[in-house]
Amino acid sequence: MNSRSLQTTIIFLVVGGILALALGGFFGSASNRFSLVFIEIQTWIYTRYGAFQDLVTAPRDIVSLRQRNADLEAQVSQLQAQLIELQQRVNETEILAALVDFSRSNPESTYKAASVIGRDPSPFLHYIIINRGSNDDIRRGMPVVTNQGLVGRVDAVIADAARVQLITDPASSVNVFLQNAETSAILYGSVTGDVTLDLISQNVTVEPGDLILTSGLGGGYPADLIIGQVVSLRTLEFELFQQATVQPAVDFSRLEIVLVITNFRPVDITPLEPVSP
Amino acid sequence: MRNIIAFPLLGLAVILQSSLVSEIHLLQGYADLPMLLIAAWALQDRVDSAWHWAAVACLFVGFISSLSWVIFAIGYFGIVYIARSLQKRVWQAPLLAMFSVVFIGTLFIHFLSFGVLSILGTPFSFSDVAGLITLPSLLLNMLFSIPIYTFMRDLSYWVYPAEVME
Repeated sequence: MNSRSLQTTIIFLVVGGILALALGGFFGSASNRFSLVFIEIQTWIYTRYGAFQDLVTAPRDIVSLRQRNADLEAQVSQLQAQLIELQQRVNETEILAALVDFSRSNPESTYKAASVIGRDPSPFLHYIIINRGSNDDIRRGMPVVTNQGLVGRVDAVIADAARVQLITDPASSVNVFLQNAETSAILYGSVTGDVTLDLISQNVTVEPGDLILTSGLGGGYPADLIIGQVVSLRTLEFELFQQATVQPAVDFSRLEIVLVITNFRPVDITPLEPVSP
Repeated sequence: MRNIIAFPLLGLAVILQSSLVSEIHLLQGYADLPMLLIAAWALQDRVDSAWHWAAVACLFVGFISSLSWVIFAIGYFGIVYIARSLQKRVWQAPLLAMFSVVFIGTLFIHFLSFGVLSILGTPFSFSDVAGLITLPSLLLNMLFSIPIYTFMRDLSYWVYPAEVME
């Protein structure tokens, strides 16, 4: 046997011995350590390769991502605009539904819906401008309401618009009826938009929270339209009448759609008022 | 001829006043856009049509408002007069002149309104009106006066272009 054959035999024996020991489980801990190191090295190389690949391909991705981002932003703004429009429609629908409910619950009157399109330029007066006019059979003096209560009455009309005097206007006065106290009074507006009740008899007991309705006296407004509630009462013994501050049922700062009562014709009783000699 | 822009501009101003500016209120007061435009226009050096603009503004505001047009006529012509008088005295500080005209003009128009409402028998508490309407309106008018003055100055350069010296 030459030396080369001897060397080959020894290598086979060593390898076979190692394999036999490994198969016998004698190299378990060493094999685990080796595989752990191997996995860590492989993980490190793979992640570095991934980072390198990102670095190489990033410019192309940034361009496409920017384009995609711009597209998505445009889509988002478009959807936001649609959302706002739909919210407005929902609000309008809710208001209209409430107004329809109101008109159904008060079938004795006929109504015409109108949108509020402006206010008086002077801060001293409380008028709104609506988008219905004489072309829609709107006439001066017609009462204007919402589902919450009385708003005011038509003061001036042109073909396609009308000006409405709110009950908060300083020149406005409404004959009212206090439901719980069963007495009449007059509701006045003011420059600052506050509403007060005057000419309440001293013999009557009025409580905060009492409901105020139109009385229909004077012919300016139909009866039984809700105006608001009494907030506080001012009673002074040396005065002829009591006064009260009122919380209107209608939020005049948020008027959007109103109803004009078109089958009511105001009565001008001025000629019937007694003339002082 | 370019002065004809007064009609669309003041018409738009009155529409904005009625629909937008009157919704931006501080307490019960809000700015007076047509008055600010008239004041800023009257303060421009090269402008000689401020009285005409005031008349157009009266026409539009008087049409839309239920307040007597006489108040606007006296008020706007008074503001042009005040602006013209101040322009000759504080011409080196145009913004100061604008603030002064807006301050005096707002008080002038509000006192006119007080007077007419009092004559018509409207009861009101002077302190309430001053605190809730006049002072907030004054503040808003002052705030709006700077951009409006700048806008009207640029507009005056367009309406009255400088003559080229040869």
